[in-house]
Amino acid sequence: MKLRLDPTRCQGYGLCQEPAPDLIDIDDFGYASVVADPAPGTSEDAARAAVEACPNSALRLER
Amino acid sequence: MTRIDSLTPRETPGVLGAAPGVTEDAEAYAATGGYRTRTAPAELLARVEAAGLRGRGGAGFPTAIKLRAVRDAGEPPVVVANGEEGEPGSVKDRWLLRARPHLVLDGLLRAAEITGARRGYVYLSDATAAGRVRRALDERPPRLPVEVVETPHTYVAGEESAVVRRINGGPALPTAKPPRAYEEGVDGVPTLVANVETLARIALIAARPDGRHHTARSTLVTLAGAGTDPLLAEVSYGRTLRTLARAQGTPEPAGVLMGGMFGGLIGPHFLDLALDPDTLTTAGTALGCGAIRFLGPDECPVSLASAALAHLAAESARQCGICVTGTGSIRDEVGSLTTGTAAPGLVSRLHRRVTALPGRGACGLLDAAAGTARSLLQVFPHLVRSHLDTPCPSCVAPAAPLTVAVPHVAGRAVPRPRTAPCPR
Ligand code: SF4
Ligand code: SF4
Repeated sequence: MKLRLDPTRCQGYGLCQEPAPDLIDIDDFGYASVVADPAPGTSEDAARAAVEACPNSALRLER
Repeated sequence: MTRIDSLTPRETPGVLGAAPGVTEDAEAYAATGGYRTRTAPAELLARVEAAGLRGRGGAGFPTAIKLRAVRDAGEPPVVVANGEEGEPGSVKDRWLLRARPHLVLDGLLRAAEITGARRGYVYLSDATAAGRVRRALDERPPRLPVEVVETPHTYVAGEESAVVRRINGGPALPTAKPPRAYEEGVDGVPTLVANVETLARIALIAARPDGRHHTARSTLVTLAGAGTDPLLAEVSYGRTLRTLARAQGTPEPAGVLMGGMFGGLIGPHFLDLALDPDTLTTAGTALGCGAIRFLGPDECPVSLASAALAHLAAESARQCGICVTGTGSIRDEVGSLTTGTAAPGLVSRLHRRVTALPGRGACGLLDAAAGTARSLLQVFPHLVRSHLDTPCPSCVAPAAPLTVAVPHVAGRAVPRPRTAPCPR
């Protein structure tokens, strides 16, 4: 699975990082970047939670 | 005034043509061997591939791979001649459309044959070029429908996904990838978005197959420098940057801003590098769209970098939060160097930014900003240090403009009446 961030939608609220700290980094400005793709299992659940947490639908999980 | 000259060997095929200052008509173009369809599409594709032609829009992607991907994508595709050059230091695409619209249209038709496309577009913002292209289409109606689509002129309007979005009726703004245009583009079908010079070179390879290697290994460059006029030139790969600097009239440049804003700054010790996409990439810079700005001996690299960053920040399409914030912050940091008013910790902060930001916007603008600042830190660290808290005398003078004027191309000459006396 791949976790993709649409930079045109990310507004830097940082809500996605809490459920997936291993997959998402928040930079100095507060914007998210995907730093790892989810591994099967718990990490995929974390990715799903991050996708749901984003108020702007900036994250997408793709296979 | 921007001059035009060929720096390629004589008798080799070139895109400058015989009269670069006048719009070529269909008859004159056909006389050069254009619009002939002796070569089968598959054979032409094989020649383009064997010659190693690469895209001239900036990314330098192998043209044959792109053509084949679009051809094999399943549905009948669409082909787009992309003439929207956003780099302020580049004029070659607009010149090409103004002066040699038939060469570009011929290339577009060849690309349509190769890919099986049934529709084509010419995408641009330059009103003069649009007029010359429309007139060329009237003069010699193409075998498939070709529509001219105009866009407002911005830095990002020529980016592939922005081209597709605009032709589809939206704003000329980049979208997040994937999908790429070759998978899903205009009206959702596979789309070839090809730079107009790339198409011109395809047409030239079709007309002069014997010269195909030369055609693939020469390129248009827009050279600009301090003091003297800019030069639009066709050059063979392998020429050194020093030779180009002399041809333009800035013999001992203190540095070079490469590839529009995509290659960053390089120092004078790089002047013996050969102009060749691979050599330049290996050296950590880029040919990009061929816009090369030489720094005069009295100009300051910090000031040029600052001007480039100010341009990029102003041109951010303001879609991606990270681009607006990131590009703006780099501009402010480098801008503070030009006034000797850097905030404490600038160098390490800037280092962090230029490593963390590339690849994070929907298009390459943020990368160009980060790359420009990174190259300044790498190539001119001593200047960055000396600019931290002392105002620089050269930076005080306004930086020379980054924008190069498109050469004037006269409309087609009105045929002289038969009775006119012979001019002496
Ligand atoms: S929650 Fe959404 S908008 Fe906020 S930082 Fe994460 S991806 Fe960006
Ligand atoms: S990276 Fe910048 S210029 Fe590119 S689409 Fe995003 S906001 Fe616009």
